[in-house]
Amino acid sequence: MKFDTPATSNPIDQMKIVGKPTNRIDGPLKTTGTAPYAYERHDVAANQAYGYVVGSAIAKGRIASMNLDEARAAPGVIAIVTADNAGKLAKGNFNTAKLLGGPDIEHYHQAIALVVADSFEQARAAASLVRVEYARGKGAYDLAAAIDTAIKPQASFGTEPDSAVGNFAAAFAAAPVQLDARYTTPDHSHAMMEPHATIAAWEGDKLTVWTSNQMIAWSVGDMAKTLGIPKENIRFDSPYIGGGFGGKLFNRADVLLAALGAKAAKRPVKVALPRPLMINNTTHRPATIQRIRLGATADGKLTAIGHESWSGDLPGGGPETAVAQTRLLYAGENRMTAMRLAVLDLPEGNAMRAPGEAPGLMALEIAVDELAEKLGIDPVALRVLNDTQVDPEKPSRSFSQRQLNKCLETGADKFGWSKRAKPGVARDGRWLVGMGVAAAFRNNLNAPSAARVRLAKSGVVTVETDMTDIGTGTYTIIAQTAAEMMGVPLDKVVVKLGDSAFPVSAGSGGQWGANSSTAGVYAACVKLREAVVQKLGLASDAVFADGKVKAGRRSVALGDAAADGELVAEDRMEYGDLAEKSQQSTFGAHFVEVGVDAMTGEIRVRRMLAVCAAGRILNPKAARSQVIGAMTMGAGAALMEELAVDKRFGFFVNHDLAGYEVPVHADIPHQDVIFLDEADPTTSPMKAKGVGELGICGVAAAVANAVYNATGVRVRNYPITLDKLLGKLPDMV
Amino acid sequence: MKSFTYERVDSAAAATAAFARTPGARFIAGGTNLLDLMKLEIETPSHLVDVSRLALDKIEATAEGGLRIGAMVRNTDLASDARVRRDYGLLTRALVAGASGQLRNKATTAGNLLQRTRCPYFYDTNQPCNKRQPGSGCAAIGGFNRLHAVVGASDACIATHPSDMAVAMRALDATIETVDAAGKVRAIPIADFYRAPGKTPHLETVLAPGELITAVTLPKPVGGTHIYHKVRDRASYAFALIAVGAIVQRDGTGRVALGGVGYKPWRVEAAEAALPRGAKAVADGLLAGAKTTHENAYKLPLVERTLAGVVAQAKG
Ligand SMILES: Cc1cc2nc3c(=O)[nH]c(=O)nc-3n(C[C@H](O)[C@H](O)[C@H](O)COP(=O)(O)OP(=O)(O)OC[C@H]3O[C@@H](n4cnc5c(N)ncnc54)[C@H](O)[C@@H]3O)c2cc1C
Ligand code: SF4
Repeated sequence: MKFDTPATSNPIDQMKIVGKPTNRIDGPLKTTGTAPYAYERHDVAANQAYGYVVGSAIAKGRIASMNLDEARAAPGVIAIVTADNAGKLAKGNFNTAKLLGGPDIEHYHQAIALVVADSFEQARAAASLVRVEYARGKGAYDLAAAIDTAIKPQASFGTEPDSAVGNFAAAFAAAPVQLDARYTTPDHSHAMMEPHATIAAWEGDKLTVWTSNQMIAWSVGDMAKTLGIPKENIRFDSPYIGGGFGGKLFNRADVLLAALGAKAAKRPVKVALPRPLMINNTTHRPATIQRIRLGATADGKLTAIGHESWSGDLPGGGPETAVAQTRLLYAGENRMTAMRLAVLDLPEGNAMRAPGEAPGLMALEIAVDELAEKLGIDPVALRVLNDTQVDPEKPSRSFSQRQLNKCLETGADKFGWSKRAKPGVARDGRWLVGMGVAAAFRNNLNAPSAARVRLAKSGVVTVETDMTDIGTGTYTIIAQTAAEMMGVPLDKVVVKLGDSAFPVSAGSGGQWGANSSTAGVYAACVKLREAVVQKLGLASDAVFADGKVKAGRRSVALGDAAADGELVAEDRMEYGDLAEKSQQSTFGAHFVEVGVDAMTGEIRVRRMLAVCAAGRILNPKAARSQVIGAMTMGAGAALMEELAVDKRFGFFVNHDLAGYEVPVHADIPHQDVIFLDEADPTTSPMKAKGVGELGICGVAAAVANAVYNATGVRVRNYPITLDKLLGKLPDMV
Repeated sequence: MKSFTYERVDSAAAATAAFARTPGARFIAGGTNLLDLMKLEIETPSHLVDVSRLALDKIEATAEGGLRIGAMVRNTDLASDARVRRDYGLLTRALVAGASGQLRNKATTAGNLLQRTRCPYFYDTNQPCNKRQPGSGCAAIGGFNRLHAVVGASDACIATHPSDMAVAMRALDATIETVDAAGKVRAIPIADFYRAPGKTPHLETVLAPGELITAVTLPKPVGGTHIYHKVRDRASYAFALIAVGAIVQRDGTGRVALGGVGYKPWRVEAAEAALPRGAKAVADGLLAGAKTTHENAYKLPLVERTLAGVVAQAKG
């Protein structure tokens, strides 16, 4: 099905099941520990051996020599895979560094060997007996020191590095009120609960991997390229994923090494990345340095908006697109954005929840707060004043829907924003109390997505698609979609995901999963409905409801259409140019109240509110979970998350969950989420958009602005830890 | 993890004998620290002597009016003991500020005192670390050292001792009781228990190899207001940036011990005398001779301000 004209009314609009707060259909499996995650799939292949990854001890240089004798002789060892004996391997399109390094080393903890043994303990013990001599090379590890060498990168994922409209320099110079400030965001780790893990097994030249992966088709293609075998010979299965946040968009060392280990050991091999390897072996969100210049008239109209961002990556990598939102968020006639990329020999930078916007808004939304203060205008009012209903770089393009102002105003009202005091004034005992606001913005993306639906005689509808559920609730919204379309209750729908044998979906990433994958299911259900009415000889306007198909005076049980055999329909939703004609984005406003201990500078979030306008909300319960999870992650980015770079040795030092702190329950006392009632007919027949990434966008800046409001201290370098406040807090002693 | 043998013993004598018999032996109690270190091959004992079920799990009154805490009393049980809560509130508060409920259920009094540093370089066997591998250098000096020591450190090691419980024990003047394979018992004041890193940061306490901790005794209660303020980047489940444990009497005198600033819980009795004059005077005395890096210099004002907050809180 091609979606090239805005949706009119369709069965989803009934909203009998779609749009209702719905418990996860996979919830009982998760809460009883019976949803099998990749490493636990003991039943899928007999005789599984264990692989343990050896990571490089240096960040850059060469392996001078590697001695495997002791490791080979260790108890239980079956095989050892290294670049020397792995045969010819290519690099996947989505990988910047090789998944199996050697002799050249590209980053710290790059995998250089896999030791396979009968037990996990044997493999781990033998891995430490692999003796490696290195010749250390000189690398660049310090972004601040490297920005002078940064170059203009190529467009990445269709995002040009630069944009310019009007005459920014002149307008900024002439602006009566100016802000020119520099912000930094550190490297962040996805730090998802489930590590990267894979079980691999070969049958002849056919490979099956049971893994944890967000993008099945991409990863099958990349593994085929890496191994040099046809795609058809590879099956991926990834039904349950314990979090990804972008860290599992692509194959990592576990997949390749499990496959190579299984080949070498001639039996199935399972590999999980140990926690200390996850941080330096896999990808992370790159640090940024950002300069923002805003020029405004005395009454608060933005006349000049400039946003530059520097980030680093391994050779061949890409920039963190931190200026992306600035091209679309506020009105203003004169604008410029630019991204520059330096070569850094730290581990590979890549997508993490709302890549671009998450760090971009961390800076931009502080800048807007600073400008509001200079202007003496309330920060909510300043944002409302500079709203735009058209793409400010291409004013002929309007937004398909844009309710940013309503998000801001609703939030201000519900949060009690009018009670916000001047900076450093509000007190609650020894706590300095402050409120902050930030706009949330993230583009909506649609991707083609296919699904197959089967109707059984029992009336049960089974959906098959290689879509993934990374903990977001995909199983449930797909079931809701099929139930709504076929007129059956939720418990008559079975959803099967994550298997590359199923039709290729959009996958989970860039918050495109929910709308795209359900649109694919919609398309397949339209076909199944056609098959049903044809089979039953009913008029084409038959109504599907209550497990029945009704037309005129006839009412037939849905399952009857499959009385003499299962009915199967498959289709793929594709997209025309609606997303070019108008700009599809999602919007929100975050409100945060913090307390800062006047004595110690400890910062604690007291309450948070997000108001989101993100199209039709398919499952308000799951969407709320997505947003509160994202708000939590945003609070982490604001207050504690930072991969500490050792600039001498070139690695992230705090490479476990004791050192890389993420918020715990005690950090997040109270959260509210409000969804504005929306349905966007330009996005798909579902009229939905993404929401899982919108939730993190702007949160950290709202926290930062609240800290400023509490203390009068402006911190522009994340995370805002107490050491950055201490010297500037009121003198209590 | 290296292969190791394991035995469980049922008496202190059997424990020390087993240790003496087997080269490369270690005691294991709750295992919450030792096992993690073994998995990363930071510790590589060839034999484990499991002392976790020794009958050293009681808290008893002493003749002097204090408490004798068995070495195997679990952190949870110690924190919730009615006498501890009533008379040694600082200890309860410090304990519950540490780790998590699950860990405290396993962790023992002896194991807690002997837990090793959380310096991230200590945990990465690819990096130089004098404490892990004597003579290899100290990666934290000149590296990421925001969490490291500001007092008592050496050119060989700037690690801190991470225990919260030990800070309270120090302020309460605890004594550590031990026995060795020859049956010799010792009572070591906690002030003398930890060794300064000097050139040998791998030697952390005055215990001889195979010397078993049997108990920790507390002298009779000293009254006063007990406050433990642990400062960290997140609200829970994190090691201290710094911690202040204080017992403040009505007349403004009292005791102060610090966590997160040095290789041991840090207390300077002479500095405490300044308590009636306010936090600054005490902090100056406590941290005299401090040596900071640009990443951990914040700990000095943080100690002073936190202590000021604690004193203010004690006054009510
Ligand atoms: C995730 C995490 C978070 C934590 N957070 C905190 C925190 O915030 N604050 C805090 O203070 N602690 C924290 N801890 C540390 C925790 O308190 C210690 O791991 C625990 O107290 C150690 O006790 P254990 O009985 O398990 O010791 P074990 O791991 O069994 O032993 C530790 C050491 O003591 C030796 N030993 C044990 N018993 C004896 C004995 N009787 N005689 C001689 N030697 C002995 C062992 O040989 C070993 O060297 C945390 C730990 C973890 C894993
Ligand atoms: S501070 Fe001590 S523990 Fe840390 S790296 Fe240096 S020597 Fe090792």
